[in-house]
Amino acid sequence: MSTPFALGPARPVPLSAINPVAQLSAIAVLTVVLLVSRDLVAPSLLLGAELTLLPAAGLTSPGQVLRRIWPLLASAAGVAWVNVAFGSLSGAEAWISGATWGVRVLALALPGILLVAGTDPVRLADALTIHWRVPTRFAYGALAALRLVPLLAAEWETIRLARRARGVDAGASPVAHVRLLGSTAFALLVGAIRRGTRLATAMDARGFDSDVPRTNARGSVLRRRDVVFVVAAVAVCVAAVTVSVLLGAWHPVLG
Amino acid sequence: MAEQAVRSSSEAVVPPRGAARWRTVDIVVTAVLGVAFGVVFWAWNLLWAAVGTAFVAFPPGQAFMYGVWLLPAVLAPLVVRKAGAGLFAELIAAIVSALLGSAWGSIVLLYGLLQGAAGEAGYAAFGWRRYGWPQAVLSAALAGGMAAFLDLYNYYPDWTAGWKTTYTALIVVSTVVVAGVGGMALTRALAASGALSSFASGRTRV
Amino acid sequence: MGPSRVRLAGWGFRHASRRAWAVRDVDLEIEPGERMLLTGASGSGKSTLLRALGGLLVPESGDAEGVLTVDGGLPDRRRHRVGMVFQDPDSQLVMTRSGDDVAFGLENAGLPPERIWPAVDAALDAVGFDLGRDRPTAALSGGQKQRLVLAGALAPRPGLLVLDEPTAQLDPGGADLVRSAVARAVGDRAATLVVVDHDVEAWLPLVDRVVELLPSGGVVEHAPGWAPAPLRFPSRRPSAPAELLLTAERAGYTHRGSSAPALCPTDAALSAGRTLAVTGPNGSGKSTLALLLAGLRPPTTGRVVAAPPLTAGLRNPARPPSRWRAADLVDRIGTVFQQPEHQFLTGRVRDELSLGPLRSGTGATAAGRLADELLERLGLSSLGDANPFTLSGGQQRRLSVATALATRPRVLVLDEPTFGQDRDTWAELVALLAEQQDGERALCLVTHDAAVVAALADDVLHLGVPAAVG
Repeated sequence: MSTPFALGPARPVPLSAINPVAQLSAIAVLTVVLLVSRDLVAPSLLLGAELTLLPAAGLTSPGQVLRRIWPLLASAAGVAWVNVAFGSLSGAEAWISGATWGVRVLALALPGILLVAGTDPVRLADALTIHWRVPTRFAYGALAALRLVPLLAAEWETIRLARRARGVDAGASPVAHVRLLGSTAFALLVGAIRRGTRLATAMDARGFDSDVPRTNARGSVLRRRDVVFVVAAVAVCVAAVTVSVLLGAWHPVLG
Repeated sequence: MAEQAVRSSSEAVVPPRGAARWRTVDIVVTAVLGVAFGVVFWAWNLLWAAVGTAFVAFPPGQAFMYGVWLLPAVLAPLVVRKAGAGLFAELIAAIVSALLGSAWGSIVLLYGLLQGAAGEAGYAAFGWRRYGWPQAVLSAALAGGMAAFLDLYNYYPDWTAGWKTTYTALIVVSTVVVAGVGGMALTRALAASGALSSFASGRTRV
Repeated sequence: MGPSRVRLAGWGFRHASRRAWAVRDVDLEIEPGERMLLTGASGSGKSTLLRALGGLLVPESGDAEGVLTVDGGLPDRRRHRVGMVFQDPDSQLVMTRSGDDVAFGLENAGLPPERIWPAVDAALDAVGFDLGRDRPTAALSGGQKQRLVLAGALAPRPGLLVLDEPTAQLDPGGADLVRSAVARAVGDRAATLVVVDHDVEAWLPLVDRVVELLPSGGVVEHAPGWAPAPLRFPSRRPSAPAELLLTAERAGYTHRGSSAPALCPTDAALSAGRTLAVTGPNGSGKSTLALLLAGLRPPTTGRVVAAPPLTAGLRNPARPPSRWRAADLVDRIGTVFQQPEHQFLTGRVRDELSLGPLRSGTGATAAGRLADELLERLGLSSLGDANPFTLSGGQQRRLSVATALATRPRVLVLDEPTFGQDRDTWAELVALLAEQQDGERALCLVTHDAAVVAALADDVLHLGVPAAVG
């Protein structure tokens, strides 16, 4: 149960060297281009570019990658099929169209997975508050709450066992299952709010709510490689769109 | 006799700083709501993992899950009563989901941002001054509408207009019931448990 | 800046949501550098007073009367001069790495980064935390976490250090760690110290004076050499001849994906009329053993076997407890968890008590009568309709024990029953448990509280080394 709750890479991977803010900018550019595309060429090229970054995010073996994204792959395949089955097109056209949407889903999701595999939430908060002037109280308040994730997950398990000890288990009925999950979620929520309230008191006791402008002990720097990263992302998008236009496949949403 | 003796709201002392300002407890509890729901989604997803892929092939089955997914956006403002709470909570839930390894990566972040904004619009429409049934229902409906729109844009663009309309209607109804009505009921239950004693929502009845 | 002077004259406070005054008529002068221990019965307002010292009672949360000054000014103007440590380390740690957490308070104060890190190192050294700046906070033990919290409170060099039950959630090892850290940190008397703790004896050597807060209002100064009245143990009844109910045979547990076992193969036996206490240091797997015996988790090695008196009436008596239906489990083996709130399922105390019986098949009227009887026994009749989450800590604890007893199980397993309790609620709980020690029932107490072991246990299992006491 411990690995998913590390909330950040155990060891820095090559992608960690890129400032989180630069990664977010690249993701934003890519997302906009993908959302606007409706052909098979541009998203496929962008997906290809993203796949080359997988090793840099520490995801070196295909097994590792598959374990992380198999629901996505299943979903993308499902997307392709569903569009064919319930769609307004037919034949080969329908399949190409379905494949387009499937590829687009994959290309949209992957950057986030790369970001999460290489970034530590603390560095992310530092970068956001220093470079993008996100209000510090919100960023670090959120970070404090984030620290509770492993605790809440352990508490979910305890609450579930406590319910069995009280004579309440789901048995076979799905309705009973949902009710049990609901009641467990409620107990978790109450505990989480209580804990959050106490945490807020402790943070105030340490001067969090004063009007003094907050400094940052760790700092965050933007280096040349961050600029290069963003420029490269833009260049790849431009190249993908150009190829698509040259192949006559490009027909964006608003065009 | 029970120790709690709630005073009526008319006796509330005027707070020294602006009432619209976010206190630390407002920030942290909103974030905690987002975090708690992120964990709940993770736990539910473990359960539905095998069944979930079947859902993709039959989308109407996802309708109920959507309602739960949008709860943070509708619930947080009801609890904390500050402008932007819905957007903040929904975004945090999405971030936690992504950090816990959600396979849907940046899609989850995109959805969280836009759905949170749509839900927030429901409260903004009333100037962020009232937090009752009409506001909760409107927020849920708008968030559900945005969710349906995003799905139709990303996943099912080729569907016929008939399917698209059915899908949107199903999602909106589900979110209104689960997130809107459910959100109000949840706020009342939380207030009854005493967990909301630091908030106005825990002291007065809407 | 030097240690702080605290002055209270006729001070009192009433919370906004309550009618009664939490604290009244407090007259107290604390000299700079002094160390004071504050005691008092539950509900006498100690926590309220400490929060007031920390400037955490905002005017909108209630009414105050009288004078309370820290260094001659109002506490909420002097918050930067006060360092506070509360009970639960996980509700005080903010950052994921040790050094970052200690730096948190200094960042809030607006200190430039080049001055922050030397101060962090100095604070970590002052409390004796030697694990470095990059240690993940989630990997620390309770005592280490509290030490880190203390370092964070000390880093801004406060004039007043306020500790509110700092060892309540720690085992004896962790509590020692924290006390020695405090002793080390205030050794130079650069800060005034105010402590509230339920384990009064352990703090006496460190403090200069002891002041008691009276529930009716006012304070009483205790003479030097004062010691609290010793805990009264209920008289032990002789145990009846033992009928074996539940055994663990080389039962062990390893988490999935983990290499080291959470619990090494262990033998344990629960017999009717006897109480087994399971002790051991943190990490020895006490709670895991409790879960295995309670039928909530299947062991990964060995097995847990229920004897015929327990399996009578089951459709499939050969199955181990972890495979029983929950409705069968609840009237044979009752479990009380460390945090009572984890086990609350309904919105009313009365419903909580009748839930177990209803689940195991008792009719609604019988269950209701049972609930009323239990309410009487617990002294909670007036709270029958209250929401369980709103009860005080001691009441919640008694309620959770009662809900487990409502189904009359032959075996009762309790995980750290005295966790977070103060002296009064401790005594009530031990008395309640002593009542359950009749000839029919087997009790299993997982605890690090030596006083509970002395008061209640017949046999002690020090995880692998059983020893009969009674």
